[in-house]
Amino acid sequence: MSSHAMIEVRDVTKRYGAFTALDMVSVDIREGEFFSLLGPSGCGKTTLLRMIGGFDSLSSGEIRIGGNSMQDVPANRRPTNMVFQSYAIFPHLDVAKNVAYGLKRQRLGATEEKRRVDEALAQVSLGHLRGRMASQLSGGQRQRVALARALVMRPKVLLLDEPLSALDKKLREQMQVELRRLQQSVGITFVLVTHDQYEALAMSDRVAVMFGGQIKQVAAPQEIYQRPATRQVADFLGGMNFVDAKIGQVEGNQVSVETAAFGILKVQTPANGMPGAGKAVLGIRPERIRVLWEGETAKDVIAGTVIERHYFGEVTHLIVQTGEGHAPLTVSETNDFGADDIPVGTKINLAYDRDAFVLMSE
Amino acid sequence: MRMTRAIGRYWLAAYALLFMLFLYLPVLLISVFAFNNSAVPAFPLAGFTTKWFGTLAGTVPIHQAAWNSLKVALFTAAMSTVLGICVARAATRYAFRGKQMIKGVIMAPLILPEIIVAVSLLIMMLRLGLELSLVTVAAGHVLFCLPYSISVLVAGFDGFDRSLEEASTDLGETAFGTFWRVTLPMMMPSIISSLLVAFTVSFDEFILAFFLGGTSPTLPVYMFAQLRFAAKLPAVLALGTVILVVSILLLIVAETYRHRAERRVKFEGN
Repeated sequence: MSSHAMIEVRDVTKRYGAFTALDMVSVDIREGEFFSLLGPSGCGKTTLLRMIGGFDSLSSGEIRIGGNSMQDVPANRRPTNMVFQSYAIFPHLDVAKNVAYGLKRQRLGATEEKRRVDEALAQVSLGHLRGRMASQLSGGQRQRVALARALVMRPKVLLLDEPLSALDKKLREQMQVELRRLQQSVGITFVLVTHDQYEALAMSDRVAVMFGGQIKQVAAPQEIYQRPATRQVADFLGGMNFVDAKIGQVEGNQVSVETAAFGILKVQTPANGMPGAGKAVLGIRPERIRVLWEGETAKDVIAGTVIERHYFGEVTHLIVQTGEGHAPLTVSETNDFGADDIPVGTKINLAYDRDAFVLMSE
Repeated sequence: MRMTRAIGRYWLAAYALLFMLFLYLPVLLISVFAFNNSAVPAFPLAGFTTKWFGTLAGTVPIHQAAWNSLKVALFTAAMSTVLGICVARAATRYAFRGKQMIKGVIMAPLILPEIIVAVSLLIMMLRLGLELSLVTVAAGHVLFCLPYSISVLVAGFDGFDRSLEEASTDLGETAFGTFWRVTLPMMMPSIISSLLVAFTVSFDEFILAFFLGGTSPTLPVYMFAQLRFAAKLPAVLALGTVILVVSILLLIVAETYRHRAERRVKFEGN
């Protein structure tokens, strides 16, 4: 992976009548990276992907791929290939002919064409099914055919439109690992559209989180999870305890905030910069607070009463009321030590990490 | 209760049987009298003969009329299917102003009384100074068959997954190549149905052919003219039998082919 930009999206806007699907979106996608567009349905992520592939037009702005403007380049002449959400396997052709479809135009000769098809089928472990028709394939197999059919074209960029959404959970998790492995072995840029935050975090080098036609944050998975830039991003990526706080002095990238429950804390300014007065919120992830068992000590402790308990198998969520007038805290605790046995009403101590607090824009 | 149900079933079976008899007995009788050794189609039968088929084989104007019908029907089937594909594609893919009205106008010949259509076409063609011939018959038939073709083809295009065409474009294919390599093979079952429907409608169409045919009669027009002469009736019955057999064979072949094409492109879903 290099820092060279493979795809440059500049001030791209898409309007359908009065509705703005994409609003001045700009982002650079690097050569060889696995990049995800993550967001709820209707956030514009699929529109952006289809624009990169050449299937949707831009109302304004520009997209460049490999340094070249895609302004007047139709989909069939772009250095991109797409894996469609429905897979779009040609039902009248068998697996090998589906994969060879795009090569036919290149007139490679029968031997070379067969070699390329075999190579692509081997990449997705489908060599044994080359004679099957689409109707005889399972969902997972169809997806592999769609992948092979795109990869055989040796595109600079592979676009994936929610490729795993139609698969069941187990197969989806297996395909996440395989897709990541495949991307690393072929080394080309992958752009994935998904609404599943775990999928985006597990597979990507970087994630762009989109809401309402705008990209709210672009960062590596850990960064985006640990330091979400806005309340929306934090919420979309998992649980977050929002804490009432009074914002104090800003010194460089440090801010002191005053909270009723946790006292005065020093935190970093939000990832997207310090917002105006009253526009910042403080939060801490539920798994960054833990139950302090009898005999244990910790530097920072807060006392409270368990008011609800939710069991999730590997973890238990405890809802803890810490003090009069404070918002209840959600604590995510692994079940190794018996968090699932703590009865509602128990008075407990919670240990927390002062560095785990994150300041976000509203 | 059981009793009522049994009676109901009995009546339903009787009704179905009567319906089938009413529908197919006259057709069956044509074939029977075609082999009857008598110039009058009446019972009792006068013995088996194939001489009417001999007469048929020896009557040149019949061959001419059959050939006329075949030419017109083939042209009509091809033309209304090609035009139908364009209409069906536009109607299912694009949104444009006046779409509903245009669709309504195109489908109108289906509900307008055919005699009105025939007379107005005749007047128009004479005004335009066109000579009545098989060409004018074919033109009328295309107009008349197009709605049938469109109905069949629109149903086919409606169930077509657009992302298949996008996938083809994505893989480097041009618009024409995509149509040729994806759309057309996928549409094959509907296209065969459209060809078949248009061919059949045109082949036995009488009113337009009668008005617009000039001195070139198609088969139905020729047969109608022959009915005035009692002596010619058995040969017409023989001709009817031949048409019947050919139609059934054609239907079987087309259905088999269509079914095969359909199985090839059918998805069983996820």
